[in-house]
Order: sequence, then C-alpha cells, then structure tokens
Amino acid sequence: MDLLRFITCGSVDDGKSTLIGRLLYDSDSVSLDVLAALENRPTVHGTVDLALLTDGLRAEREQGITIDVAYKYFTTPRRKFIITDAPGHVQYTRNMVTGASTADLAIVLVDARQGVVEQTRRHSLIASLVGIRHFVLAVNKMDLVGNEQSVFDQIVADYAAVADQLKLPTVTAIPISALLGDNIVGRSKNLSWYQGPSLLEHLESVPAFEEASIAEPRFQVQFVIRPQTEDYPDYRGYAGRIQSGEYRRGDRVHILPSGQESVIEAIEVNQQEVESAAAPQAVVLRLTDDVDISRGDSIVPVGSQIHVAKEVEATICWMDERPLWPGRKLLVQHHSAVVKAVVSAITYKVNVRTFGRAATESAQLNDIVGIRLKTASPLVVDSYQHNRATGAFILVDELSGDTLAAGMVDAMQNSFVPEPLGFTI
Amino acid sequence: MSTLHFDYLDRLEAEAIHILREVAGQFERPALLFSGGKDSIVLTRLAEKAFRPGRFPFPLVHVDTGHNFPEVLQFRDALAAELGEKLIVRSVEDTIKRQRLREPGGKFPSRNPLQTYTLLETIEEFQFDACIGGARRDEEKARAKERIFSVRDEFGQWDPKRQRPELWNVYNGRIQRGENVRVFPISNWTELDVWRYIQRENIALPSIYFGHPRTCVVLPSGQLLGLNEHLRLDATDEIVERQVRFRTVGDSTCTAAVESDAATIDDIIADLLSAKVSERGATRLDDNISEAGMEDRKRNGYF
Repeated sequence: MDLLRFITCGSVDDGKSTLIGRLLYDSDSVSLDVLAALENRPTVHGTVDLALLTDGLRAEREQGITIDVAYKYFTTPRRKFIITDAPGHVQYTRNMVTGASTADLAIVLVDARQGVVEQTRRHSLIASLVGIRHFVLAVNKMDLVGNEQSVFDQIVADYAAVADQLKLPTVTAIPISALLGDNIVGRSKNLSWYQGPSLLEHLESVPAFEEASIAEPRFQVQFVIRPQTEDYPDYRGYAGRIQSGEYRRGDRVHILPSGQESVIEAIEVNQQEVESAAAPQAVVLRLTDDVDISRGDSIVPVGSQIHVAKEVEATICWMDERPLWPGRKLLVQHHSAVVKAVVSAITYKVNVRTFGRAATESAQLNDIVGIRLKTASPLVVDSYQHNRATGAFILVDELSGDTLAAGMVDAMQNSFVPEPLGFTI
Repeated sequence: MSTLHFDYLDRLEAEAIHILREVAGQFERPALLFSGGKDSIVLTRLAEKAFRPGRFPFPLVHVDTGHNFPEVLQFRDALAAELGEKLIVRSVEDTIKRQRLREPGGKFPSRNPLQTYTLLETIEEFQFDACIGGARRDEEKARAKERIFSVRDEFGQWDPKRQRPELWNVYNGRIQRGENVRVFPISNWTELDVWRYIQRENIALPSIYFGHPRTCVVLPSGQLLGLNEHLRLDATDEIVERQVRFRTVGDSTCTAAVESDAATIDDIIADLLSAKVSERGATRLDDNISEAGMEDRKRNGYF
C-alpha cells in the first residue's frame, strides 16, 4: 500500500472542511466517540456538521474558520492518505505554502455559485509554485445550482485559462456536493451526466510521487556516527536521508562543497549492508577514504549536475510580519546545512491575480517575490524545478530563530558544477 | 531509475529517522521522553535505526506519575538495560513534595496534569533543549495542528497562533535561551500504523497491551478501570472480573481498559480494524472534560 499526500484549498465557505469531514466520514475513518462529541454541538442544518472534524483550535470553532494547517489521515484498501487542510483566508497564505510544500496533489475547491475567483487563482499559483503535479478542480455545491452541467462546464472552461497560464501538468475536474456526499466516494445519480471518476476513485488511482524516480542521486549528511567503542574503534558512518535517486555500493562520489572525491564502501540500512538504496530511505554511507565530512555536506556521484553556488536567484514567500528589505542579513537553512546570507536584491513581486511580475522595493507578509541571495559559504543546490528536495530552503532570523520565508531556487550564479578531480586545474 | 518500491510504512519510518537525526544534529542536549508505552517503544526502535552502531545521542527520560502500571515499569527498565542506554526517571511524587502541590482529589485522582510540572523541572535540571515525544496527530484535534518541531517558551507553553511555518522536510530548531523544542517524529502515524509497524518489526511490548484477566471497576459510562490502590471507591461501585487489554498506558487512575481476548499483535490489529471508538476516547478519562481539553493542556506546557 502506498501513500498520497494532498492539500485542499479553497476560499472561506467553499466547503473545504466539510469536504474533508465527508471523506473521513464516508471512508469510515471517524470513530463513534468523535461523532458523539460532534452530535452534542448545535448546528445550523440540524445534521452533524462535518466541518467540525477538522477545526481543532478554540478560536477556529468560535469563528467557524480554519486558522492553521491541520493534518488528517485516512486509509482505504488501496492507499493511505495524509490530508493537509490549509486555511483559505488571504492572511494565512503562509500556512497554505506550508501545507502545499509536502503535497503530491492539490484539490482546488470552487463554489459552483461563485466560479473561479481570486482565491482560486492565488491557491493554484501557490500550489504550482511549490511544484505540485496533480490538480483536482472540485466544483462543490453542485446541488445549489440544480446540478446543472452547463454551470460545471463554464467553470471548467474558466479554470482552463488559469491552468494554461500556470502550465499546470494535469487537471481533473469533478462536480461534487460535499454536504450531500455526491461524487465523493461513489458516483452520484444527481450528477449522472458526469462520466468521470468520483473524487476518492481519482485519489486512489493518481500515481503517487516517487523521489527515487528523479534520476540524479542526492544525499546530505545529517549526523556523523562515530561509536569509538571496542567493537567499532574506527567506524565513521555518514547518516542521512537519500533525497532523490539511487545510490550503489562502489559509486565514485564527490563530497561537496569541498570537492573531495571518494568511493562508497558500504551502504547500511538498519545496520545491514545493502547493494543499493534509494530515496526516501534513511541510510548510513561509509566511504573508502578518511575524508573531512560534517553535517550539511552533500555526497553525490561524480558527474552529477549539482551546483556549488555562493549566489542564487530564488522565488520566496515572505512569512514574517516585518517586511523584507534588500540588504537584510539572515540565515539560509538548506535541509541540514545552515549558512549566513544577505538578500542583495528583491527583483520582482508576483501579482497573485494576474500572475504578472512587477518591480517592488520590499516584500510584505504573504508576498511572493524574486530575490537574489548571497551566501557566506557555498550552497550545494539544484534548481527547484529540477529537484524539489535540493532546490528548497527556508530563511531564518538569526536572533529569534523564526522562519521568515520559504524559498525555491530558480537559478545559480557564481557557481560551478563539480568535475572529476582529473579534469580540474 | 530505481526499481525499489517503498510502501507507506517505509516512508513513515524514513521520515521519523530523518527527524530523529535532525534532533541529534541541531541540539546540544536532547532527550527522548519514554513512558514504556507502545509509541515511545517504537521511538526507541527508530532511534536504533537512526544511530546504531553508535549510542543514542540522548538519554531516555521517564516522568513517573507514581500511578504507573507495574508491568510497564518493569518493561521500561528491562528495555533500557537491553538497549544499553541511559534512563533518567523523575517522579511526580517528588515534585508534589518539593513544590508543595495539592494532590488531585476525587474518585479517580489522575496525576496527568501534574506531569507537566515534573517535566518542566526535569527540562530545567538537565537543561534539555529538545524533548522527543511519541505524540501523534491522529490522537486529538489540537495535536492535528501542532508542528513536528514545536517551539515552547520557558514555561513549556504552546502558542498555536505563533507556530513557525514548517516547510517541506526542513525542520527549524533554532531557539533562544530558555526556549525548548518538542519534537514529534511519528506525528504522521495513526494508531493502526503504529501497530502495523510493531507487527512488521516484531517489537516486544508490555503484557498489559494483550488480553488478560483483571479486576475492574465499572464506571458510570460503562468503561472499565483496572482496580488499583489509588482509586477511592464507594461501597456501591461495581467490581467485576474481565478479560481486558489496554490501548494506551498512561496514569492507571485515568486509563481505561477495553474488553478483549487479543493474545497477539495480529489479534490486536483485527480488533482495531473492527473497533469503532478512538484510542483516546476509549481509554482516557481526562480528555472528555471539555472540547478544548488538550489544547488547554498543551498551552500550559503539556506534551
């Protein structure tokens, strides 16, 4: 059984929480005591309010809205699902970015009475920015427009323009009613003109993301294991997670950013030596040479097209209340590597309505902007488009430790692609 | 292109090991909170996978309420010895004496709320900057919103509105003096996932997880509570002999048993698949107090 992570996005009152409640409810994932707690609460409709299954914080229940990302889980005989429920309000864009960053699929929820609205465009933009491949356009509340096919068709046509502009890889449109359960688990008689899969059928059949299928192997050292015991006096193992691709014993590798070269002597998974291992496995690598390697260093096969860069161009979503101005010094956390950096320029701001770019002096909370980032020591990176694991980073405030921004590398400046030692001068 | 395929348990395991290693890499004095319950036992297995042949880069820490099941305490000590790892035990009893706290009253005097005091004392005593715990997001609605790296102030308080965004699998554990981080490596596991992992890895558990005869008090709700010396019973309370098992192993005064003949992990999983009541709902008396029960306790420093 495999795993699919998806995010639900939509405006306030599009019925997002109801949709999730419905998926949990109809897939039998809600236990009796939790339902009983819900039934004790007054509702507008006189029925159980499924939205309450996801609203976990007191303020959310009081205001009837979602503030923070909530994670929910359900399993069908075919798949385990992790649902990220992200809030719809503009001021919670940063939470939507947070939720989308780990998702394989996005359900973009649209109210059939409203059609494609500004929020729909903004959510689609964010989901596409963070590299989500599969999109579901879920046209909800079909029951409130008389289950009219023409309404659905018009919204699908409107969204096609958005998908086209953002170059979304795959979009599947499904007419639903979360409240009534139409086309959620089974196909609905109310929408008999629709021939496609129900939402759950689609979620069960869409291909899950396989990090291993990205060809280029990437590995970053998290922790050096040195037991220094009688049994293991000289053992040095580099513990980390394979970020993409596959490693084999005997691979010639570069240690970056230093550029040293070595050979993989052993790959250990749970203390067992294996011939090969692939993403997302957590492994220990041992090398034939006694080289100087520490946390944050990358070990990649010789010939990899990875960049060692002291300057990158990146798209970021600014997540701090205090605006970002050029010249700001901060920390870049690139998985296990942390380096000092300065934002040398803010090159543009993305208009979330038109998707166009315009000049800007600063970045405000929730803005999506392009920046140039100079680092004190080199980053070992790919472009985000090339590799979602090694192209991602966060910006951190050096003093408070707060996470300031989510960043995706667009291009590398002042960088080199490491070559085998024999060829360097 | 790889031909290796990984199922969801492989993925959850890899994620948890990655998180444990980030703790080891980012913090100077981490600790693993270890109750002897199934979730923390799974954490020790994951730590073995993360750090062997080296030692764990953190001690095991148990906050003992004094109301624990004796079977669980024996198991705790045996496992720590078998792992060869350091076990630190700090007791709520001592905190009560030292801080002159009032013992909880009532019929079922749970010391769960007092655990927070002892935990904060222990964090201060050892200057722990990160505490790893086995909490899962499927347990409760407030937990569903907590980050994997959850920053707490010096009073251990969780502020849900000030949570750091947690992006991709980049975990930001940078803190200021006095703050500490609670880390939940199995956040994304469900109760069923934990049991399937225990089954796959053949992990040993305390005996109370399996069906056994026990003398129980029948609560007004119909729930069963194992009879023990901490309960303050009335003459009218109904005492019964039942075949039961525990789904969680907290404070014995507030952890209810479920009737079960399950003798093996396979039986328990079969039980679970047909069970219709959530883990906390079935077994925790203290969460039912109010809908915001867990949120309030987390805000006050609870796990």
